[in-house]
Amino acid sequence: MRFMMIVKATKDSEAGVMPNAELVEAMMRYNEELVKAGVLLAADGLHSSEGAIRISYPEPGGKPKVIDGPFTEAKEMIAGYTLIEVKSREEAIGWAMRMPDPHGFGEGEIELRQVFEIPEIIQDPIMQAKENALREQLEGNKKA
Amino acid sequence: MSATHRTIDAIWRIESTKLIAGLARMVRDIGLAEDLAQDALVIALERWPLSGIPDNPGAWLMTTAKRRAIDLKRRSQLYNRKLDDLGRSVDTYTEDDLDIAMEGEIGDDILRLIFMTCHPVLSSDARVSLTLRLLGGLTTDEIAHAFLVAESTIAQRIVRAKRTLSSAHVAFDVPTGEELKVRLSTVLEVIYLMFNEGYSATSGGSWLRPLLCQEALRLGRILAESAPLEPEVHGLVALMEIQSSRFRTRVNAAGEPILLMEQNRALWDQLLIRRGLTAIERARKLGRPLGPYALQAAITACHAQARSAEDTDWVRISALYEALSRAAPSPIVELNRAVAIAMAFGPDFGLQIVDELTADSSMKEYHLLPSVRGDFLLKLGRSEEARAEFESAALLTRNERERELLLKRAAECEISTSEQDGQ
Repeated sequence: MRFMMIVKATKDSEAGVMPNAELVEAMMRYNEELVKAGVLLAADGLHSSEGAIRISYPEPGGKPKVIDGPFTEAKEMIAGYTLIEVKSREEAIGWAMRMPDPHGFGEGEIELRQVFEIPEIIQDPIMQAKENALREQLEGNKKA
Repeated sequence: MSATHRTIDAIWRIESTKLIAGLARMVRDIGLAEDLAQDALVIALERWPLSGIPDNPGAWLMTTAKRRAIDLKRRSQLYNRKLDDLGRSVDTYTEDDLDIAMEGEIGDDILRLIFMTCHPVLSSDARVSLTLRLLGGLTTDEIAHAFLVAESTIAQRIVRAKRTLSSAHVAFDVPTGEELKVRLSTVLEVIYLMFNEGYSATSGGSWLRPLLCQEALRLGRILAESAPLEPEVHGLVALMEIQSSRFRTRVNAAGEPILLMEQNRALWDQLLIRRGLTAIERARKLGRPLGPYALQAAITACHAQARSAEDTDWVRISALYEALSRAAPSPIVELNRAVAIAMAFGPDFGLQIVDELTADSSMKEYHLLPSVRGDFLLKLGRSEEARAEFESAALLTRNERERELLLKRAAECEISTSEQDGQ
């Protein structure tokens, strides 16, 4: 299962203020821990919304509307993400709880979201039926 | 399960490997290490719902387990003294071992643990099960499900494996020099075996056993951080990353396999491909000749980088197979080389290599030999011979889905033969 830990933007991250050395070090230690546990897939920080564009479709079937950054509502934006691959939602929560406060002045916010994956073949109804039949057979063998 | 229990479950999943590895170094017995770690977990399950989860749960579990280890040691000292009185003595760990184990590099402990669970004194099945249990943190039930065998079989296998390791007095150490090379290749073999078992089950209806693949990949990634100077470790990781990138395209909705050349490349996981390419780079940068895993990874990378099946660089793939057949000669590599050469230079060149292989007795039972030969013959317009080859391949395979596919191909040959006759 893949999960994305999304770090929300703040006024500071939007203003291009770099995190202090202590926080950078804590984040590096955290990422290293993820790598050593074999769960980290990708982690990136994003530039501020200055220079970003926003494309919206206010009218169904109409032309897109393009707005240039910077944008104002920091909390609606993201400053970075960390993508992990784990065995359960609980494990993902465990890792998310260990991420250091990403901003450190009362505005830190992390959102944990599960990533859609194309259903594994095991969930295919035909395959599932076969798999179940095999398991029943196995149970039967055990009892026999 | 309550919320606290779920959280404890997650902590266990994150901490158990480190915990068992650290404890194993202390007590020099992995069975005992696992028991101690589990005792600590049981204590946590009793206390944390009341006291709340500690700030550093990993350290808490380790301290608790260490305390249990010391208690046990005191008791065994008492026991030893009694044995001494009887004129016998038993080796146990000292208090110093316990302190050393609390410091030290965790990465090294994990490396020592994996060298132990993949030790040559164990059978191949035992290595895989024990590694999944102790390094993957999988339950015996999960392992049994992944291999479609009864849980009691796996439980027994693990108990026996631990006993074998203790009675063989296997040292909890990372081997050095020439021995490292040999032992490391055993470890890589176990991980790749695990991956392949998940990727293409040798029997039964299911082609994918995702849990095994994921665990193998995770172990490979862990190993790459613990032994970063070993090019073959990165080679194996690269191979698994790139092969995993094709998970969602390997079978169609009916569960039938889709051949590499016919897969929808838009669905390949680009993130895993990129990770695979980075891992190959890490192997290359170490500046030693590429080993068998890195070469296989380089071959899969050629496919991963081709935008369409027609864009595949078969000449480069042929050259890589040539290198692979020198690094790790085997008839199976030869068979693959034949396929690459046929794609690069024409089916008659491939057929020459395959014809030499039919004399190899080790290939008599291997379904892919007639399957590949049938493919070349069909391309050369010899469809009657091709049909016979597909039929014998269908008789040899143990995978139901593959058998269906082969019989379908044989039937198609018949159609093309009758078409020829009609003309």
